[in-house]
Amino acid sequence: MEDRITMAHGSGGRSSAELMREVFGRYFRNPILDRLEDAALLELSGRVAYSTDSFVVTPPEFPGGNIGKLAVCGTVNDLLVMGAEPRYLSTAFILEEGLELSLLERVVRSLAEEAAAAGVTVVTGDTKVVEGRGGLMINTSGIGLVPPGREVGVDRCRPGDRILLSGNLGDHHACILSARMEIENGVVSDCACLGELTRALWQGGVHVRAMRDVTRGGLGTVLNELSAGAGAGVCLWERALPVSAAVRGFCGLLGLDPLYMGNEGKLAAVVPAEEGEKALALMRATEQGKDAEIIGAFTDKHENVVMETLPGGLRVVDMLYGEGLPRIC
Amino acid sequence: MELQEAISYLKEYRGRPLTFMEVCGTHTAAIFKGGLRSFLPPSIRLVSGPGCPVCVTPAAYVDKCVEYAMTEGCVLLSFGDMLKVPGSRMSLAQARGRGGRVELMYSPMEAVEKAAAHPETSYVLAAVGFETTAPVFALAVEAARERGIQNLRLVTALKTVFPALEWVCREEKGIDGFLCPGHVSVVTGVEPYRKLAIDYKKPCAIAGFEPEHLLAAILDLVRQSEEGSFQVRNYYKNAVKERGNRRALELTERCFEKGPAVWRGLGEIADSGFYLKGEVSGYDGGSRELREDMALPAGCRCGDVIVGRADPAECPFFGKPCTPQDPYGPCMVSPEGACGVWYRNRR
Repeated sequence: MEDRITMAHGSGGRSSAELMREVFGRYFRNPILDRLEDAALLELSGRVAYSTDSFVVTPPEFPGGNIGKLAVCGTVNDLLVMGAEPRYLSTAFILEEGLELSLLERVVRSLAEEAAAAGVTVVTGDTKVVEGRGGLMINTSGIGLVPPGREVGVDRCRPGDRILLSGNLGDHHACILSARMEIENGVVSDCACLGELTRALWQGGVHVRAMRDVTRGGLGTVLNELSAGAGAGVCLWERALPVSAAVRGFCGLLGLDPLYMGNEGKLAAVVPAEEGEKALALMRATEQGKDAEIIGAFTDKHENVVMETLPGGLRVVDMLYGEGLPRIC
Repeated sequence: MELQEAISYLKEYRGRPLTFMEVCGTHTAAIFKGGLRSFLPPSIRLVSGPGCPVCVTPAAYVDKCVEYAMTEGCVLLSFGDMLKVPGSRMSLAQARGRGGRVELMYSPMEAVEKAAAHPETSYVLAAVGFETTAPVFALAVEAARERGIQNLRLVTALKTVFPALEWVCREEKGIDGFLCPGHVSVVTGVEPYRKLAIDYKKPCAIAGFEPEHLLAAILDLVRQSEEGSFQVRNYYKNAVKERGNRRALELTERCFEKGPAVWRGLGEIADSGFYLKGEVSGYDGGSRELREDMALPAGCRCGDVIVGRADPAECPFFGKPCTPQDPYGPCMVSPEGACGVWYRNRR
C-alpha cells in the first residue's frame, strides 16, 4: 500500500477495501461491527444519552494525546456528565489527500485503545477522502445508558450549592497553542476520559445536581451557562482556582486567561453544600481528580457569575467572546 | 504599606475628586481582572488612555492591509487582535471570508521564515504596536535584509506613546496623573516620563500587572496629588530600569525614524510614528500615506473614550448594538480596548 492517502482511498473500490483491511479493520473488531451490515443493531432499554462531536485539532498529535484519543474523550465525557454509562460509539473519518498512513494508523490505534479503556464499543463508522493538505477530521457520536436514580440538569442547581473543578485549568489549550507556536514548555494536554471520576461520585452516593466538561470556552463560559440555566448567580473564588505554574506563566506571557482556556479532561460538578467536602475527597482519590478544588458556590446575592479576586475585590466573569487570541503588546 | 492598608486608604479617601489615566490597555484589563475598581470611592476615577495600539490605528491602515490580503499571490500576516478592526469597507476577518489570504502570526520572525521558504509568494506583515513591539519588527527586517529576502514588506502602524501623552496633557485638562504602562516602560525606561511630569506637572506611576503593583501605583498617585508633587515613581522595578532596554532602543533607532502619524480619535500627531529608514526602507509597503481615518459611525464615542473624555458606558452604542461580536469602533474590538474590557465586565 502507498504511504499516503490518495483520492483512490475514498473511491469505494480496491484501495478503499485495502484501507479498511490494513488500518481500520486491524483496530476495530467486535461482533456488532464484524457483521459488516449497513447499520449497527443495538439492544437498548431505559434512558438513553446520545451526543455527537467533531474534532479538527491542529496539530493532530500533541503531548498527551492525538486527535483519535480526543475524539473518544470528547464524546464519552459529554455522556458521562449527563450521568450516563457510555456504551457505543460511531466514528467518521474525513481524510485529506496526502495524509500519511502511519499518522492515520497511530490515530486509529489511539482511538481504539481509548475506547476500550473507556468501555465503549465502536459499532459503526465511515471514511471519506477530500482534497486538502494532509490533515484529518473525526466525528464521533456516542450512546450511553443513564441508570435509574441519576438526575442531572442545570435546573436542579440551588443557591448554596458548591461547585467543584476536577483539576488544573487550561492544560489542553496551552499545550495545543504551544505546539502551534513551537514553544517547548513541557505542558501536556489533559485529554482523558473522566469515567473514573464520575463513577467515584456516583458510587460515593453524592447527589450530583449538574456536571459539565470544561472544554471550549473554558470554565468562564461553562459557569455562565450553568448560571443562566439555573437562573441563579455564581460566586467563584480566585484563590481556589487550580492552574499549574507552567500554564499560568504561558497565559501571562500571551495575555490569555486560564478561565477561558479549553480543557479536554476536566469537569465541573455542582453538589449540595453539605456534600461539597465529601465530593472533593472522592474526586481527589482518583488520578484525574487529584488536583480538584471547591471553586465556588451558587448564590442568590448576584444575578450572574462573579469572582472574588485575590486581593478581595469583586469582578464579573463573562462568557468568552470570539477567539482567545494572543495580544500584541 | 501592606496591601490591606493600601485598600483601606483608597476606600476611605474623602479628598478632592481625582481622575487618573491608565495609559495601557493591559492595565485596564488587569484592573478589572483584579476587581480593583471595587476598592475605589466615587471620587477616584480611572479613565482609559490611548495605549491600546489596535484602538488608535486609523481605518486607512486596515484598508491597506485588506488590499494586500486581496491581492493575488500575496499573504497578509497579522497578530490576532487586528483581524476584527473595522476598515472603511471591511475588516481583515471579513476579507479572509471573501477569499483574502490572511494568516495569524505570533512573532514577526515567522514571516521571515515563511518568506524564505516560499519565494513565489509576497508576504506583507501588519506591524502594529508601540515601543514594545517595534524592536521585534526591527529584528525581523534586519534578518530579512541579511538573508537577502525580497518578498517581504511591512505595513507599519508603529507608534511612540509619549507624543500622545503630551497631546492628552495639552488637550485634556481633567487628568490628574498617569498610571504609566508596564510593557512600554520596560523598553523605554523611566526617563521619558520625567519631561511629562515636569512640563505638565502630572504625577506618574509606572506599574506592573499584579493587583498589588497596580494598587501601590494608584495609591502613590493619590498621595502625590494630595501633596501637590509630580514625581515619576517606578512600581515595576524588577522589569523597568531607569534607562530601559538599551538594546531594544538601539534596534528601533537603527531601523526606524520618527514621522507624523494619525491616531484614531486624536488626529495627526507629529513625530509619533515609527517608519522604516535607511538600508531597510525598501521593506516598507506604503506606510506613510495611511493618514485617512474613517469617520466613526455618527454617535460612536471611541475618540472620547481613548482620551478619557468619556467612560465606555457613556457611549450610546455601548452594548447595543456595539459588542465584541459586532464592534462599531476599534475600542470594542481588542480584548484590551477600553470598551471591550468594560463590556466583558459589565453588570
